[in-house]
Amino acid sequence: MAFLTDRKRVEGLGSARSGTQHFYSMTVTSIALLILTPIFLFSVGPLLGEPHAEVIAGLSRPFTAIVTALMLIVGFHHFRLGVTTLIEDYVHGPAGRLAIIAMTLISYGLAATGLFAIAKIAL
Amino acid sequence: MADVNRGNRPLSPHLTIYRPQLNSITSILVRISGNALLVGALLIVWWLLAAATGESYFTTVDGLITSVLGDLVMLGSVWALWYHALGGLRHLIWDQGYGLEVDTADKMGWGMIIGSVAFTFLTIIAI
Repeated sequence: MAFLTDRKRVEGLGSARSGTQHFYSMTVTSIALLILTPIFLFSVGPLLGEPHAEVIAGLSRPFTAIVTALMLIVGFHHFRLGVTTLIEDYVHGPAGRLAIIAMTLISYGLAATGLFAIAKIAL
Repeated sequence: MADVNRGNRPLSPHLTIYRPQLNSITSILVRISGNALLVGALLIVWWLLAAATGESYFTTVDGLITSVLGDLVMLGSVWALWYHALGGLRHLIWDQGYGLEVDTADKMGWGMIIGSVAFTFLTIIAI
């Protein structure tokens, strides 16, 4: 038995319990990614398949390193939000909650790994 | 009490009821392409880590990512990236209240399909 009134329980939360926070984060990160994606594709894409020295030289350029770092941070944050919605829609109960936690760890883990790599290469 | 009927409410008609339409298919593909990008992203992070680690490890991972299978995954990822970006753009337009008429939505749907293939083609040529 909750001691809060029904109205108090839902006030400011919306149907998803967190208001428009998720929606707004998705909007902001998607606009950022619309800008970042083409720049990332055309600055890092050409390095794929190049010899090691060329790749290191290319990724060491400040512009490319910054774009790659931003792509990792914003991209994996956006992915985490998106995959959370996917799991919420199709996997219910404890399995769903565990899946969301697992994907969150994977998202930030991959972002951190990529950031470490780009930092080591560029600095 | 507002909670008396919790969990026992009628459901609105869902996926199985509707005939597939351009709108629903393009929307589902946005979700699939976005989530499938994890595979490509994982490979790129691995490739970055290998580049940071050293030349011999890099050669191994680079060989994997530029193999036929790796090329296919990268090609698919480039398409998914463009398709998901165009799908996201359509969402940003919809969220502002524009383009919700069926014929405009259909045009944007075809724009996503044709545009993503064209952009993928251009990316492959440019890179």
